[in-house]
Amino acid sequence: MAGGTDLLVQMRSGLVRPGLIVDIKKIGEMTEIAETADGGFRIGAAVSGMALLEHPRFGKVWPGVLEAVNLIGSKQVQGRASAGGNLCNGSPAGDSVPAMIAAGAVVTVQGPNGRRELKVEDVPAGPGRTNLKPGEILVSFALPPRAAGSSDAYLRMIPRTEMDIAVVGLGVSLTLKDGVCTAARIGLGAVAPIALLVEPAAKALIGSKLDEAALEAAAAACRAACRPIDDKRGTIAYRTKTAGVLLKRTAAIAARRAGGH
Amino acid sequence: MAKLHVSTSVNGEPMEFLCEPYETMLDALRGQLGLTGSKEGCSSGDCGACSITLDGRLVCSCLMLAAEAEGHEIRTIEGMAKGGQLHPLQQKFLEHAALQCGICTSGMLVASEALLAKNSNPTEEEVRFWLAGNLCRCTGYDKIVRAVMETAAEMREARP
Repeated sequence: MAGGTDLLVQMRSGLVRPGLIVDIKKIGEMTEIAETADGGFRIGAAVSGMALLEHPRFGKVWPGVLEAVNLIGSKQVQGRASAGGNLCNGSPAGDSVPAMIAAGAVVTVQGPNGRRELKVEDVPAGPGRTNLKPGEILVSFALPPRAAGSSDAYLRMIPRTEMDIAVVGLGVSLTLKDGVCTAARIGLGAVAPIALLVEPAAKALIGSKLDEAALEAAAAACRAACRPIDDKRGTIAYRTKTAGVLLKRTAAIAARRAGGH
Repeated sequence: MAKLHVSTSVNGEPMEFLCEPYETMLDALRGQLGLTGSKEGCSSGDCGACSITLDGRLVCSCLMLAAEAEGHEIRTIEGMAKGGQLHPLQQKFLEHAALQCGICTSGMLVASEALLAKNSNPTEEEVRFWLAGNLCRCTGYDKIVRAVMETAAEMREARP
């Protein structure tokens, strides 16, 4: 158990009946936020959203990851819930996952036979399922060092203004040099069984000045990546169209933060 | 299964209790600790009626195991008034009639106090977003938001 905000609800409803609960927050590494020597960050799997918000530097370097993590539930939930739990819960609509994918985050996993690393996009296996093996636990997220002119952003579409589950969630991380996009990663959530890394959308942005043609090409790539379900939150057509709209809006915010336009 | 022995601090007082491993902090507070000010609304972290602080951080006590309180500091609505003197937020909630049935009120007060501890000059938008995890089905929130804004203003003025 990290924050327990999903586990306790599942226990209450009888969905899970654990024979043993281990509180991983007692392990120092799980709740640490460390700036690494190369300028990146290592975030323990059980670091709460509020702890991340209170960190003096993290939100300046990774504002998109922070805003995504801070969208998980209410302030009360933020006091407990973690990006690690959000990822391991396996929801296709988890808010922090597309932002972490865009950030190029790599997770460290500890198992009975040692540690291994996985890209965030390789962790989810389907709704409620992950590629962690029995006995493995998530230890931390490693976010890479940032080049000058880099920033990120996360937007989600919800029908309400707060406290809802994403109909579409989209994270953009990019680097601008003299107004030209030199690096980009796009993470897309809630439109497929797992959150996706959309490489064709990133390719459409890289080398461009984020002009309308490049943004439309990237939006089209996001729409093409969608394999959503029809449900009460949104139809297939609506989710697909929204993915393209969010790409343009999120890229604009990331570019502005990166010091572009 | 053996009960767990928990040593913690509740509203500044050292406390010890026994709990089942699966018991929530809310059940421990309302049960063996006899602190029934924290209310049970949804038991799924949606309504905020059970709000407490854990080491100064706002949490839902229904989403926390009682055993997790070991070695930490818990504050509840019962610790808000000091020696019969209401906290300014409590006083302002009364003046504004910022409550009707009262079920959400202790959670609203605990959450509002946590906000003002972090931000002594919140905008109305910040108050509304902060309290988005506290549901009230009676007041329509307006009186609550006004009470919090006015308390914040008065607390700022009262500061030397």
